[in-house]
Amino acid sequence: MTTDTLGGRPATAAPLAIELRGISKAFGPVQANKDISIQVARGTIHGIIGENGAGKSTLMSILYGFYKADAGEIIINGKPTIIPDSQSAIRAGIGMVFQHFKLVQNFTVLENVILGAEEGRLLRPSLAKARQLLADLSREYELDVDPDALIEDLSVGHQQRVEILKALYRHADILILDEPTGVLTPDEADHLFRILRGLKDQGKTVILITHKLREIMEITETVSVMRRGEMTATVKTAETSPEQLAELMVGRKVLLQVEKRPASPGKIVLAVENLRVKDDNGVDRLKGVSFTVRAGEILGIAGVAGNGQSELLEALGGIAHGQGTVRLNGETLDLTGRHSDGQSRRAQGIAHVPEDRQHLGLIMDFTAWENVVFGYHNAPQYQKNLLLMDNAACRSDTERKMERFDVRPPIPTLAAKNFSGGNQQKIVVAREIERNPDLLLIGQPTRGVDIGAIEFIHKQIIALRDAGKAILLVSVELDEIMSLSDHIAVMFDGRIMGERDPATTNERELGLLMAGVGAADPVRGAA
Amino acid sequence: MMDFATLLQILDSTVRLATPLLLACLAGLFSERAGIFDIGLEGKMLAAAFMSGAIASVTGNVWLGLLAGIFASLLLSAIHGLASITFKGNQLISGVAINFLASGLTVLIGQNWFALGGRTPALEAGGRFQPITLPFAETLRDVPILGPIYYELISGHSILVYVALALVPASAWLLYRTRFGLRLRAVGENPAAVDTAGISVVGIRFAAVAICGVLCGLAGAYLATALSAGFVKEMTAGRGYIALAALIFAKWRPWYALGACLLFGLLEAIANRFQNIDVGAFVIPVQFMQALPYILTVVILAGFVGKAIPPRAGGEPYVKER
Amino acid sequence: MEKMPRWADVFLVPLISLFIAFVISGVVIAAIGQNPLEALKIMVTGALGSTYGWGYTLYYATNFMFTGLAVAVAFHAGLFNIGGEGQATLGGLGVALVCLMVPWPHWSIALIAATLGGALFGALWAALPAWLQAKRGSHIVITTIMFNFIGASLLNYLLVNVLKPQGSMDPATARFPEAAKLPSLHDILAVVGIPFSKSTPANVSLLIALLCCWLVWLLIWRTRLGYQIRAFGKSEKAAVYAGINPVRITMYAMLISGGLAGMMAVNNVMGEAERLVLNSVEGAGFIGIAVALMGRSHPFGVFLAAILFGFLYQGGAELAMSTPIPRELITVIQALVILFTGALDNMVRRPVEQLFLLARRGAK
Repeated sequence: MTTDTLGGRPATAAPLAIELRGISKAFGPVQANKDISIQVARGTIHGIIGENGAGKSTLMSILYGFYKADAGEIIINGKPTIIPDSQSAIRAGIGMVFQHFKLVQNFTVLENVILGAEEGRLLRPSLAKARQLLADLSREYELDVDPDALIEDLSVGHQQRVEILKALYRHADILILDEPTGVLTPDEADHLFRILRGLKDQGKTVILITHKLREIMEITETVSVMRRGEMTATVKTAETSPEQLAELMVGRKVLLQVEKRPASPGKIVLAVENLRVKDDNGVDRLKGVSFTVRAGEILGIAGVAGNGQSELLEALGGIAHGQGTVRLNGETLDLTGRHSDGQSRRAQGIAHVPEDRQHLGLIMDFTAWENVVFGYHNAPQYQKNLLLMDNAACRSDTERKMERFDVRPPIPTLAAKNFSGGNQQKIVVAREIERNPDLLLIGQPTRGVDIGAIEFIHKQIIALRDAGKAILLVSVELDEIMSLSDHIAVMFDGRIMGERDPATTNERELGLLMAGVGAADPVRGAA
Repeated sequence: MMDFATLLQILDSTVRLATPLLLACLAGLFSERAGIFDIGLEGKMLAAAFMSGAIASVTGNVWLGLLAGIFASLLLSAIHGLASITFKGNQLISGVAINFLASGLTVLIGQNWFALGGRTPALEAGGRFQPITLPFAETLRDVPILGPIYYELISGHSILVYVALALVPASAWLLYRTRFGLRLRAVGENPAAVDTAGISVVGIRFAAVAICGVLCGLAGAYLATALSAGFVKEMTAGRGYIALAALIFAKWRPWYALGACLLFGLLEAIANRFQNIDVGAFVIPVQFMQALPYILTVVILAGFVGKAIPPRAGGEPYVKER
Repeated sequence: MEKMPRWADVFLVPLISLFIAFVISGVVIAAIGQNPLEALKIMVTGALGSTYGWGYTLYYATNFMFTGLAVAVAFHAGLFNIGGEGQATLGGLGVALVCLMVPWPHWSIALIAATLGGALFGALWAALPAWLQAKRGSHIVITTIMFNFIGASLLNYLLVNVLKPQGSMDPATARFPEAAKLPSLHDILAVVGIPFSKSTPANVSLLIALLCCWLVWLLIWRTRLGYQIRAFGKSEKAAVYAGINPVRITMYAMLISGGLAGMMAVNNVMGEAERLVLNSVEGAGFIGIAVALMGRSHPFGVFLAAILFGFLYQGGAELAMSTPIPRELITVIQALVILFTGALDNMVRRPVEQLFLLARRGAK
């Protein structure tokens, strides 16, 4: 089968903590997990690595009783187990630390730990008992947290410790952590790893889901690689290398060849200097980013999702506020004031195909034509007179755009939600590109889009470049970045890790940069 | 100026008027703390007031009346739970519907049963909650200051007043000292935390909505069988909304709820007693006193004075996601 | 792929909800020992069997069109304006002030001024809740409820202490001058030679309500503002992406909503009572919620639902007169309509969707 293509089955004598056999799970037409089998030995740290959307989280959610697998078997500590809900998973000794913590913000640490696992009807004895146990656990595993602190007053790293304590308090001996370091500082991540090693030494089994190669190399003993819902390999970490894993992760995908002439970059259109963005909670998401994009050039921003690319697009697109200096054609953009909104940006010649087509780029209940005018509803061509919009003009314009972009079905009055992903994206791309902007911001242009539409959208992006426009492309798909970009910048943790020329770099090198490896020597030459 | 006897009378009436507010406010507290907004307090109180008045008058037994009132209120709670928990509908719209349902059905059924234009017959002694004279009230009556306070203010209320007051520490205890309370509060803040801990969000929310129903039942029964002698059409007169206001004013906490309800009860007592109040420079109109609870609530909601933060998951049906 | 055809979403589901509400109402009528079919017959004859009945039906429908439109506009912006009652109350104050303060030469000018006055006062009463929602995040449902009560107290105060004519015991304004008297439907129809009952309160405001239905339709479906309101109501996040200002849209939508509710006073205060009395709105603000839900927030739907509720109101009054069924039956029906078309929408919708899916699968 697909397992054991490399290195063979982990040849350990230790009994298995978890064995999954032939797990499959589909969401509608999307096959999230395809016949996945995996074996994790007791008392080890096992990594599961893969790109976004590879199916890692779905697999673990099945293990924790959130989803029911369509097919397959779960065997825990040698016993076939059915896990219909979280309660059963907890009983089977599985603890899960979610990427987004499941904590009650205005409860104390102690209250969060005992929630759902109270000793009796009254809190006081439960709390007292938990306090004692927590103190023991904290000492044993370096998990210090103030048991009486409110969660909302704790740092993210400490909140994560609470999640681990929750699992330990429930006597979990298999601990699953989903992208645990995504929200941690390097120091906090180091501390977490010490904790995980301590857990392992006590005989616990740890499953670490991550997309960061460095973490896999640093802490795991065995690693399974997932790609597009399939398990491509399970190998011993000691017997592999980051390069090999990167290749397994990304796969030797046939590069979609996009025909394009060499770029002929002109003047600088977009100049970003030391751009910083905080999220709603005041956390720095973009920590000082500088780059330029020239006319007739595509700058591709590569990186794993959640490393600041979204915030970059939002700040440039007028959705989020930011600090720093951004100049468009030499003119400074307003990043915080009255003119830092989407309308002003559009007026200045910036078009934006957002990453999140379903929640930002389109209004799903709106018809195709209402979506085609979305953001440009003030444009003179759509007005009948001072008061009224010219719906007929909107519709005929939509018809024209639908024809040009081959949107199917070409019905302007059909609601956006009734188009396929690819056709939805064509509507958004048509809307933004047909404005002939000086700068196009385009995020994940082909996420959830079928092959035919991918090719078409890529051609449109190239055509806009050839028309002398500047394009900032953000994508988590490395081959998309490779085939479209004239220049590549890799983002990690809110910063640009390095810039590369697509002609002289390769996916392995970019993969390492994306995983935060190579920060020390960002100018290392191409392989 | 006000003499001591008048002051005592006003305070005494404050306690009486605050009682239904307090019961309804605590009812709302349980529901909203579990994440289910409830603007249907008014309707549940009204239904309970009618049923308790009706059954008490038919049977002559106030306790049967009380049970019937609680039952009626629970029935409406069940509808609210069905709409907002099971079918993940809009909690606010459901509340509005329940208020109208109660408003219409009480008159419809009342007219059909008693043909008194929506009233129930005046309750005889057995059909009402009688004032309870606390021990030594009569003997201590003549002790200066403390005697009258004990006799007038503390003694001489119906059992439901003491129940309501006792429910404040009881609610605080239940919410903050028991496993159930912990889970209930957690469900209103972050249902996903409860769900991933393997506890049923739906179960806890239904339990909270049921408690809300019972307490609204007590509030309604108090109106019809203790504060008055029988049910009158629309007798809740917006008290459910004032309780809602008090709940916000109290920032969803039991002891604060007592304070807020006593304050709003005092305002009502003053408005009842004095009509317009002359404070020398100008006259405070009675209508201002009546509107004051609502004005205060808007000020609190605006967040200029001590922001009231509702339970974080309030108003949102829980949809499982990873 | 759509779960079910559009016609099913727009017509079938509301009609099923309405049907359920009516069946339950029938059960209630039967439970109190009356014959539901007989009751329906009385209601139909009473409300629609004569021009007198029609006059009342249309008078009530006029009120409900205004308040239904008010709720509908706010719904389009994703806001639940439960304060139509208070906004209509204040609208009454605006209309009364306009009618009493100025000696109008002709009813038509008075009507225009009163419409504007009612709209202005209604909009003002919605402005603060709107601002608090947009700027401070104060829940608009709670604030508008509070403003209903504050509005009632304010009007009570003004009527008792300020507006009441000297020597009068009644907390009401003086009667409006004769010149401000609006032509009744009888007068209007007489012009074109149609006989219509003289003794009903239906008046020229009906035409304003119809005009408002059309204007709201234009606003929502034909103007940039309406487009932005709908976009904001569907998705605030997407609206921000498109550069639509959430604060501005919240304010505009609520001002229009409050204005529409306030305009209702032209009908009930100026057209019917011809003076401002306590509790002149009589719950019409709340019925607007049922009307907007029933009419799926579309002006034409609101129009139909308003007529339906007008019929229920007049029919209910007839019922109360000739049977032991009290008027409050209407409140029950209204509650059931809100419950099934609003809160329990999913309960009705899911089975219908499933049926369509099954039918489609069967067809394949």
